[in-house]
Amino acid sequence: MKKKINDSKKSKYIFVTLCIGCCALVVLSLASDMSVGPLKYVSGYVITPIQKGMNEVGNWISDKGIYLQNNVDYAARCQELQEKVDQLTAENTELLADREEKERLEKQLELSAQYDYDKVGARVIARDSDNWFNVFTIDKGSNDGIEVNNNVISNGGLVGIITDVGPNYAIVRSIIDDYSNVSAMVTTTEDTCIIAGDLRLIDEGKVNLVKLTDSRDKVTVGDKVVTSDISSRFLPGILIGYISEISMDSNNLTKSGYITPAVDFRHLREVLVIKEQKAVSGAESSLKKAVSKETEGLVNDSTEDSTETAAPEEATTADNGQ
Amino acid sequence: MRVRRRIIMILLIFFCFLLQSTLFQSTFAVADVAPNLMVILTVSFGLMRGKREGMFVGFLGGILSDLFFGSALGFTALLYVIIGYCCGFCYRIFYDDDVKMPVILIAVSDIGYGTAMYLFQFLLRGRVEFFFYLRRVIIPEMIYTVVVTLVVYRLLLLLNRRLERR
Repeated sequence: MKKKINDSKKSKYIFVTLCIGCCALVVLSLASDMSVGPLKYVSGYVITPIQKGMNEVGNWISDKGIYLQNNVDYAARCQELQEKVDQLTAENTELLADREEKERLEKQLELSAQYDYDKVGARVIARDSDNWFNVFTIDKGSNDGIEVNNNVISNGGLVGIITDVGPNYAIVRSIIDDYSNVSAMVTTTEDTCIIAGDLRLIDEGKVNLVKLTDSRDKVTVGDKVVTSDISSRFLPGILIGYISEISMDSNNLTKSGYITPAVDFRHLREVLVIKEQKAVSGAESSLKKAVSKETEGLVNDSTEDSTETAAPEEATTADNGQ
Repeated sequence: MRVRRRIIMILLIFFCFLLQSTLFQSTFAVADVAPNLMVILTVSFGLMRGKREGMFVGFLGGILSDLFFGSALGFTALLYVIIGYCCGFCYRIFYDDDVKMPVILIAVSDIGYGTAMYLFQFLLRGRVEFFFYLRRVIIPEMIYTVVVTLVVYRLLLLLNRRLERR
């Protein structure tokens, strides 16, 4: 009997110690940028390959499922498709003529590639283990030159940003995650706003758009939203999505609404990581210059100056991106 | 044979974590929700083996998911340790053939886990619509977890018996 009581006391002590330990860890990791370097190497070389393999199995299963489903209504679709082929052949001849014209026009415009950065392709191998966040792991890491704060894109649209890097894996926080905030810009009017992820909107396939300053009242539904020139972590001019709803805030100064992201986050398998970081080295000094000028009453002009001097090439790429 | 047991437990936790972060998040996700295997493990071992084992399993599983995906290291671990400890109280009044007890405990634990997650990660940032999160994440996760429990619990029971016999 005595032994039993001792035993339960002992587990109580263990419980209290573990709880205090965990709390201390939480405080420590929130207060400081605690690095878990060696652990990361272990997890990178042990867990990542297994996750990769398991993910492959999952993809294989879902592919097979789709394949089987397709086989069932194969015969019915065959007939349908034959009709479509006839119809399309007719259309195709028309389109060929159009394409020639388009190629000619394109040559005149000399459209450049949309995002001319050094990129590396990666596969999504694992997702956050509970249902609250939209964080995922990709199978490339610092060995492939990926760094924290690199931007991640897919199909020409912004997916998210790298928050953590191991030797052969990296963690990406997507822009629809509840913690995500992206400084953005509406291309038609160049007004800035903030794109804030929200778990409540994920099912509808939307993302919050807040703090849009649109004093001329020209932003409309369907306008393109890209990353802004003034963001410190996102490269400028990357497509985020299109405005699907917009309304005036109760303060009558800013607008807010929703955008539909350009990326299909539900079926994300491969992404591209842009290996270039946004260069903000010169920004601080020019910002200081701007502050000193502010006293002379040249606020507007000088801030515009500073963004231009800080990122002249980025501004041009943003133009090309449009 | 304690060492052997420990090794098997650790492997099991790793396996469940991997399963949960890959297959269950993509291929077997129902209504965009994955079951919480870690709660199943923690509660089952808390019930079958007592407080200390429950805490051990919970702590390891929690730390693992914190290391990989967490925003604050130790937060999930803390939740699982509490779950493991509380389930350990039922160790003495529990007949392990009965599946009702673990199912109820797992359901309650999962709701508790979801609520704590909401309170500390969402409410503190001003997301006040608790019922939305209840409907969208907490309840579906609980139902899916309970369904998975009905299958997995028998396997865990078998494993535990085999380990205890040796």
